[in-house]
Amino acid sequence: MFKEMHDLFQWAWLIPILPFLSFLLIAFVTKRSKGLSSTVSILAILTALGIAISIGIGVIQSGAEIVENPAIVNVNWLNIMGLKINFGTVIDPLSAMMLFVVTLVASMVQIYSLGYMHGDKGWSRYYAYQSLFASAMLGMVLATNLLQLFIFWELVGLCSYLLIGFWFFKVSAREAAKKAFITTRVGDFGLLLGILFLYHRFGTLDFVALSAALSTNLQNVAVAGTVGYVTVMAFLVFMGPLGKSGQFPLHVWLPDAMEGPTPVSALIHAATMVVAGVYLVARMYFLFDASPAVLQFIAGVGAFTAIFAASIAIAQDDIKRILAYSTLSQLGYMMFALGVGSYSGSMFHLMTHAFFKALMFLGAGSVIHAMHEKQNIWDMGGLWKKMPITGWTFFIGVLAISGVPPFAGFWSKDEILANALLNGHPVIYAVGLFTAFLTAFYMSRLFFVAFMGPEKPENHPHESPWAMTIPLIILAFFSVVGGLVALPEHNFAFFVHYGEFEAEAMHWGLAGISVIAGLLGIGLAYTIYVKKTIAAENIVARFPSVYKVLQNKYYVDEFYLWIIHNIMDGVAKILYWFDIFVIDGIINGIAFITRGSAKTLRRTSTGQLQTYAMVFFFAVVVLYLVFAFGEGQLQALNPLATLGGVK
Amino acid sequence: MNLSNLSNLSVGLSTYLLVGAMLFCLGLYGVFAKKNIVAILMSIELMLNAVNINFVAFNRFIWNQKIDIHYVLTGHVAALFVIVVAAAEVAVGLALVIAIYRNRQSTNVDEFNWLKW
Repeated sequence: MFKEMHDLFQWAWLIPILPFLSFLLIAFVTKRSKGLSSTVSILAILTALGIAISIGIGVIQSGAEIVENPAIVNVNWLNIMGLKINFGTVIDPLSAMMLFVVTLVASMVQIYSLGYMHGDKGWSRYYAYQSLFASAMLGMVLATNLLQLFIFWELVGLCSYLLIGFWFFKVSAREAAKKAFITTRVGDFGLLLGILFLYHRFGTLDFVALSAALSTNLQNVAVAGTVGYVTVMAFLVFMGPLGKSGQFPLHVWLPDAMEGPTPVSALIHAATMVVAGVYLVARMYFLFDASPAVLQFIAGVGAFTAIFAASIAIAQDDIKRILAYSTLSQLGYMMFALGVGSYSGSMFHLMTHAFFKALMFLGAGSVIHAMHEKQNIWDMGGLWKKMPITGWTFFIGVLAISGVPPFAGFWSKDEILANALLNGHPVIYAVGLFTAFLTAFYMSRLFFVAFMGPEKPENHPHESPWAMTIPLIILAFFSVVGGLVALPEHNFAFFVHYGEFEAEAMHWGLAGISVIAGLLGIGLAYTIYVKKTIAAENIVARFPSVYKVLQNKYYVDEFYLWIIHNIMDGVAKILYWFDIFVIDGIINGIAFITRGSAKTLRRTSTGQLQTYAMVFFFAVVVLYLVFAFGEGQLQALNPLATLGGVK
Repeated sequence: MNLSNLSNLSVGLSTYLLVGAMLFCLGLYGVFAKKNIVAILMSIELMLNAVNINFVAFNRFIWNQKIDIHYVLTGHVAALFVIVVAAAEVAVGLALVIAIYRNRQSTNVDEFNWLKW
């Protein structure tokens, strides 16, 4: 049985290759035909989805065996001076789950784009980028070693840059694309350093070999008594996820990335690319597990990002920005889940979040489409009646993210919160619980204002075409049932887990508390924005400074700008001075000396043939004299010889 | 006539070398002092022939040995090489002179100074 499954798993390389072929085909052949380009792209990703589903079923049937023995296929890529790098595919529950999520959301988004991007001039380019992104993301998920992962990691970053700046004629889109690329590069630099450090220390980058090397090394070091370098490595590797998954303080790029087309935000900046960081931490968990300090740090950063972003989301008015801060907050959730040791919970939340956040982003896209590019929620209102499918599916998304049972978010969020408390992190549990309350509040606020609020006569919204609503319905379906997969064992760990599998009972008490927090949030939003028993304006009037700080996102962007303007520009000025007066001075000085001496020496080039011949002749005579009689005299001139040393 | 007895004649190696040196100095003087480019080429021929005399003389007086029944004639062969090379050199040299003359209507080397600074 297991053997047959391995034969199936060997075909996993097809999953990233298919979208890549589609990218090449669109870029070089079908570029001119819009219909053909989208067909090729969607067919490729749907085929990949089919393979991913069959692999997923295979993994589930293999049971626990596949966790101990992941199906790994490696092909040697380069081999120089002991550096052996493979390209390969690894199939275990973790990658199978990611494959399913990525291919599902990618295919939904591509189908949805048929409606959303209708009539766009860059249609073929859009589908080419989409295919390239899918290919890179799937290649990253399947990576068997850190270098392969890093290559695809940068490739998804590139696709993110291309797609954020897809409407490059808009200045804001261009700026946002650059900001996203540069900010994530800051983290990627740390990741690269971490990879180099790991290679230097262990001589391999293969996940399996690295894990083995680390555990033997830890046993040796335990005797010697220092694990400092493991902490440094883990910290450096974590720099990558810090940037990619938008954790504080490198979160600033994600809200700006909303300048891209909305389906792109749904795919890349909600469901897949931004969780790459979480995935990397999960993949390298053996490293982080060995370093409690870094795990603690991850938990702290994640929890802080969760509550920090959630509080900003309360005061935002742009529908996509609210969702973007919500994404940041949920990514923080996944991070601190990993930090507190809730490995399965984090992966579970990654999956459910991909479903409901992609759903809500696509819903937001549907709304924006209907509102003719208006994104402010206060300009909307009464969409519930005009757009029933979008409204209902969005409502499901709101319930799912608010943690209302039996929707997907409830199960995963509960697993994380229960683990946080039971593993002895009460502060993080409290932060997570409060974030859950905030999440429910701002998502309901968005929903009540945009869908339930009074109709605006100047708007003429209409339901979106089928190409857009069908993906919404499918994603809504997964947002409802996505959490139920954990039911048989009360725990997602039966599927994805690290180390020993322990079935945990459902903690209904804790679950009840988080449900109450979520319902409180929804209720508060209802009283403020529907009943209006408490007027939102009054709250703003009572705490004007708090509101201002929140609306301006804690002035983090301004702070970075201040740093750049004052500190970096100051340093740059000093370096400029150094460049002009010292570096250029040296270079120009050398040039000046050369020029001066050449000016003098060129007088000897008279152009007179006979002068040259004369000089040549007498030079020969002098050389002759030196060689014939000069031996003794030359020796006498040598100070070493007079000292009786070297002869 | 027995060739090995020739070394006993009063005309010795130094006499040949003296002639060679005189020819060489004449050539050198010509190269340095003559203004006509053709004369300079002729002077170079003089210097080459001075060398030829030395080759042959050295071969006769210093390197005078036999392998089986044949005399070793390395110097003579070298002199022949020099003559061949000199012929080629003169051919190239005169061709250049004609080319320059067509351009400048002159054979005076003092005027051939357009490769200076």
